[in-house]
Amino acid sequence: MGIYSEEISNISQKSNENLFDFATVDEQKAEQTGYSNYSYWRSTWQFFLKNRIAVFLLVVVGLIVAFVIIQPYLPYQKSPTEIYIDEQTGSQARNIAPGSEFWFGTNSIGQDLWSRIWEGTRTSLFIGFVVALAEVAVGISVGALWGFSRKLEAPITQVYNIVENIPTTIVLILMSFILRPSISTIIIAMCITGWVEMARFIRNQIVILRDREYNLASKCLGTPSYRIILKNLLPYLISVIMLRMSLAIPFAIGAEVFLTYIGLGLPISEPSLGNLINEGRVLMMSPDLRYQLIFPSVVLSIITIAFYIIGNAFADAADPKNHV
Amino acid sequence: MWYIGKRLLQSVFTLFIIITIVFSLLRLMPEEGYLGAAAEKMTPEQQEIILTNLGLRDPLLVQLGNFYMDLFKGDLGTSVTYRTDVPVTTIISEKIMYSLFFGLGAVALSLIIGVPLGILMAHMKGRWLDRLGTGYIVFVVAVPAAVYYIFIQMYVTDIFNLPLLFDEYNKMSWILPLTSMALAPTASYAMWMRRYMVDELNKDYIKLARAKGVKERTLMFRHVMRNAFIPMAQYLPATILFTITGSIYIESLYSIPGMGGLLVDAIQRQDNSVVQGLVLIFSSLGIIGLFLGDLAMALVDPRIKLGKGGSTR
Repeated sequence: MGIYSEEISNISQKSNENLFDFATVDEQKAEQTGYSNYSYWRSTWQFFLKNRIAVFLLVVVGLIVAFVIIQPYLPYQKSPTEIYIDEQTGSQARNIAPGSEFWFGTNSIGQDLWSRIWEGTRTSLFIGFVVALAEVAVGISVGALWGFSRKLEAPITQVYNIVENIPTTIVLILMSFILRPSISTIIIAMCITGWVEMARFIRNQIVILRDREYNLASKCLGTPSYRIILKNLLPYLISVIMLRMSLAIPFAIGAEVFLTYIGLGLPISEPSLGNLINEGRVLMMSPDLRYQLIFPSVVLSIITIAFYIIGNAFADAADPKNHV
Repeated sequence: MWYIGKRLLQSVFTLFIIITIVFSLLRLMPEEGYLGAAAEKMTPEQQEIILTNLGLRDPLLVQLGNFYMDLFKGDLGTSVTYRTDVPVTTIISEKIMYSLFFGLGAVALSLIIGVPLGILMAHMKGRWLDRLGTGYIVFVVAVPAAVYYIFIQMYVTDIFNLPLLFDEYNKMSWILPLTSMALAPTASYAMWMRRYMVDELNKDYIKLARAKGVKERTLMFRHVMRNAFIPMAQYLPATILFTITGSIYIESLYSIPGMGGLLVDAIQRQDNSVVQGLVLIFSSLGIIGLFLGDLAMALVDPRIKLGKGGSTR
């Protein structure tokens, strides 16, 4: 017995009807008891906002994506694939320097570089987003199965050991060499190599988390496995998944440039940033025409660097250890 | 020893599977790749005869068997369009020395620059050198290599008056390909070195060493650096992979007669047997690199008991 015995012995007298009424939430009272209004996403966002460069780049990327979408509907836009004819000479408007008529100039067969660049950015971003999404989807599914199912663990590990040993570049080259170049084959070739790392990462995290007490408790209460994976495990990993996604985009764009460079990219009729850079590279020996290389390269560099920095800043922000 | 043997066996097995997959996939390719430049002038019957003579009408398993028999004799077939009827092995063996020289040279150069850079960055964490280095790393990692390679070739040759294309007898023309190829591995060495050093610096034994008054210099070089080198050992051989990609760009940009440039040429001319041979060589290089990486890791790190572990990565 201790100090509380008196309290307990008189407890029935202290009780009354009102105690069993439903209480209403009072924000102020909650504050007083030291209840923290912590929200994971809000803290993540607040921490992210502290990184000025990342926020600036996020705005830039947002603007670029928005612009790429609305650009064809703006007034005074030219078609990216039409070959323009010089009215005075009657021949194709080749290699015209940037000016009021053609804002970024024209290329060597008289197409408008300004609209080609945005068309190319659209293609490249599309490839990047689709590859990133596919990578995440496949990576999460395989990784979750791999980490959670004890039966599948050994076979998937074997497959992984083999796949991981193959140089990514080689797979990329081989796949695009075999499939005929088009947007979908490029996406397929990149997805074949991309999901592996994601799957391994998810698997490692799930192996760490799956036998924690809260999951054991959950299992004892009869929660089905898919619900444990979806509700207990994946929310833990959301920040990592977002990071991988935002890094997958610049790498997919880079891989497209690489494939185009070695002659396995998209056909010239479908402008992409890789295509444009490759076109510009041919002309780099004449200093007057270097703008055809510089403009797409600058756009490409801004996009890839921005995604890279945003991804890393977001990963920092999403780490709860940094939230104070 | 057991671990090494097991790992070696796994690598050989992987190589075997890759070769099989590559071979089978290339059989799905359009057949023009085997006919050469005269394909359009041939009648379908003539084409058929050539394909049969090449053994392409046999069942896939028979083809695979023949291919392995040839492979053990060191025969990779003959080139179709790149240099007609010259054995692929001859073509490649002429080129392999250039690729080896530039690949190894670039790795050596990037080690010499990258590791000290990483150490310095960890040492001066948060100051301007660290920021500058981080900027460099972000740029090199994020921007596709083709872009800055092209710009280096375009402007640096003008500024320093260096030759634009590779010339075997002009040593000045070796500088740019080597340095541009070293850019990416330098960045990754510096990045890993910095990361591992910073990780080590936050550990308790370092705090203890500081507390008992170990000099900062001794601390850095005796304690932190040694431990940070352990994970680095694994990445060293794996950078062979970097140089594969690098060599493909660099060799065709500077027209170095190496394997990377050859791959670009062979792809553009649809020369299946050359592509096949090169893919085999590149993937073997990659597998050897990863194997050596695991081996180095096991040798350097006393915590990895030979025989256990292995799947920790």
